[in-house]
Amino acid sequence: MRAPYDPRLPLDGLTRRTFLACSGVAGASAVLAGAAGCTWQDVTRQASENPLPASTPVLVIVTLYGGNDGLNTVVPYDDPAYTAARPGLAYRADEVLQLDGSFGLNPGLQGWHQLWQDQKLAIVRGVGYPKPDRSHFASMDIWQTASPGTPTTSGWLGRWLDAHKDPDPLLALSIGPTLPVLAVGEKRTAAALSIKEPAALPMESVIALLGKSDPADTRAAGEVAASFAALGRVRDDVVDHLDEVPLHDEVAGDQSLLGQLQVVAKCILLGAPARAYSVSLGGFDTHGGEKATQTAQLRTLDQAIAAFRTALASSPRASDVVIMCYSEFGRRVKGNASEGTDHGTAGDLFLIGDRVKPGFHGDAPSLTDLVDGDLKSTTDFRSVYSEVVQKVLSGDPTQVIGKAPAQLGVLR
Amino acid sequence: MTEWTRTARVLRRAGFGASGAEIDAATSQGLDRWLDTALADAPEPTYPTITVIPPPADKASTAERQKYRQALADQGRLLLEWWLGRMLSSRTPVAERLTFGWHDHWATSISKVRFAAAMLAQQRTFRRTGLGSFTTMAKAMVVDPALMVYLDAQQNTKAAPNENLARELMELFTLGVGGGYTETDVKEAARALTGWRITDAGAVFEPKRHDDGVKNLLGVTGRLDAASAVDAILAAPAHPGFLATRWWRQLASPDAPPPDTLTRLTTAYGAGRDVRALVRALLVDPAFDRATGSVVQNPIEWVVGSMRTLKVATTEQSIRLALGTLRSLGQVPLQPPNVSGWPRGQAWLSTASAQTRVRAAQQLVKNADLTPVANASAAARTDALAHLLGLDHFTQRTLTALQTAKGNPAALAAIALVSPDYQVV
Repeated sequence: MRAPYDPRLPLDGLTRRTFLACSGVAGASAVLAGAAGCTWQDVTRQASENPLPASTPVLVIVTLYGGNDGLNTVVPYDDPAYTAARPGLAYRADEVLQLDGSFGLNPGLQGWHQLWQDQKLAIVRGVGYPKPDRSHFASMDIWQTASPGTPTTSGWLGRWLDAHKDPDPLLALSIGPTLPVLAVGEKRTAAALSIKEPAALPMESVIALLGKSDPADTRAAGEVAASFAALGRVRDDVVDHLDEVPLHDEVAGDQSLLGQLQVVAKCILLGAPARAYSVSLGGFDTHGGEKATQTAQLRTLDQAIAAFRTALASSPRASDVVIMCYSEFGRRVKGNASEGTDHGTAGDLFLIGDRVKPGFHGDAPSLTDLVDGDLKSTTDFRSVYSEVVQKVLSGDPTQVIGKAPAQLGVLR
Repeated sequence: MTEWTRTARVLRRAGFGASGAEIDAATSQGLDRWLDTALADAPEPTYPTITVIPPPADKASTAERQKYRQALADQGRLLLEWWLGRMLSSRTPVAERLTFGWHDHWATSISKVRFAAAMLAQQRTFRRTGLGSFTTMAKAMVVDPALMVYLDAQQNTKAAPNENLARELMELFTLGVGGGYTETDVKEAARALTGWRITDAGAVFEPKRHDDGVKNLLGVTGRLDAASAVDAILAAPAHPGFLATRWWRQLASPDAPPPDTLTRLTTAYGAGRDVRALVRALLVDPAFDRATGSVVQNPIEWVVGSMRTLKVATTEQSIRLALGTLRSLGQVPLQPPNVSGWPRGQAWLSTASAQTRVRAAQQLVKNADLTPVANASAAARTDALAHLLGLDHFTQRTLTALQTAKGNPAALAAIALVSPDYQVV
């Protein structure tokens, strides 16, 4: 059963734009592969012409759409307030994967449990921002623009690109046909890498002709023409290069998180110049039947990351990769009548890799000291972003994030 | 802009495509009179028979459960093929297009709802109320079983409200993000919506499950229930502009309406929340004409419009072809991706979709009626084709591409259908 909110499927233009219009932001949603698309050919060419120097840190951003329930991800099973608030929804001590005697991981996260034991997992608790917004669309925009107070036209990774000296167009790569707002700057955007394998192309010569622009084209007509032009390019390219690094057997396209992360692994192994990658997983909007749905989604996440790490294991670059997982909000402390939870506030942010300082960071929010039934956030997400920009992306946090709260020391 | 071109855009956007002959007729009739007919109440269609299937007993075997699931899936396919058949062959295509618009507005997916009977009941509501007062529609929709299942509202009770429907009601269906409501309003609206339970006979109100206390919703205080909560929400100042803009984006342009247009639209919508007047005002607005060429047809508009325009007979086979194409393009009726409906415009432009459209065009011209093109002299064929598809003329780029067809009507039509000239309206 799919939750009703899954914006990895393209967002409704209206909602998104209504929000953007209301917030004085225009056009940030409008970037598609047509403008920012890149191909395997581009990746392999740039990997040979401008390879990423050895030992350069690489960031992999995993966006979990829908609002992941933090309390059932890192479970405070020992807290009587937790069990009391969530009859039928709470995990018992013997169901969770033990962390420290008070908290345990959701049973779907077996691989992460091993990462915890191997000192590769950092959990930042109670992450949010002031005046939490409970709309998926608005809250995700806040996380992706890293600007809770004043709406901004650009995403935070986009601003990092704007400020970066290396003009390489593949400095940041988003996997899939559309670009999330986080990857759109004022001057530059991440490149969108989509690698569905096209079959033989009919009417090849006609497509080349239809791909040309015409002086009479409206903007929309020009975009249709551009999609034909891109079709010609992508096809040549994928057929030539898809076999160079074998993909995971189960990868059918670039929709699954597993598939997206296999593409990222492949780019890293090729030595692509990207310092940052963006991938995503939806399905976390668990208003009903939460336990089964969330555990299944977390297992998908867990297994995709395990496969990603396996793909990189033999490469010296493996230890340079930092994975960061976040969601637009956590969920209400009290369960609803549908064995689910409604939109809430603070949640957990996860960092994985050799470069993270493992263990808990930030305080777990109290389950009894609530605002309108919601958790009080203890850590501003911008403090983590600030540290990530500085230590993983070698950027200037003030330029990218602005004045952020003090860093926590989540990275080595 | 000629009257013919202007009329062509109205017909192509208000319904599912339009052929040159239809546009000729509407032009000589006059757009106002054409709209009188197009926006009149359409006769109720003959609905497919979809009965409620009793669920398997608790002790049912795996085989029995499997059989039940299969029966539900069969009903879903029946409803989908019925609706697609209506879109392809109805004599009132504007009614079908508007019904689809409402489906996109109150986006509900059978993938989660599962019950075709509930989806069909929702269809009836769209058709019954879709051109009347939005108040009537909204009051029906907040207790619509399919939408309730989709947004988890069936278990919204006094003891533990589920806010999903209340939130999306304001955020996506009536006011929009930034529409002047607060988190408190979401909670208050959720309380007002409590008490409804879904039965085989539809949604039933159970006073015991309803929170009958005093609520304060958007400045209205009282013992609000579902209907009075809708009244309070629709009275909010953001509502008329939100709904007008939403329909503007459905039919006219991906961009917001200019301020003077928006004023005309909300004036037409008026205190009676008159959707018919709103749609009419939208189609005759000067800004609607100026937006010509701004809309990339979504897959349903493109597939259904192409098949109608080229008179592809509606058969089991052609419905399957349409459905297969829509699946590859990612827009299947009854299965919106999320509660905010389908994306618009350029979001549909990917290399994969370009390729699928090329293949589909090659298939559907095989059963097309291309007589007007075949009967034209070699020199006049592209003009005849443009007219057939409701286009003034082709761009030089498309004429160059059409030359590769060497006058073959089917090949010409296939190229024209995928051309940027035809894909945008």
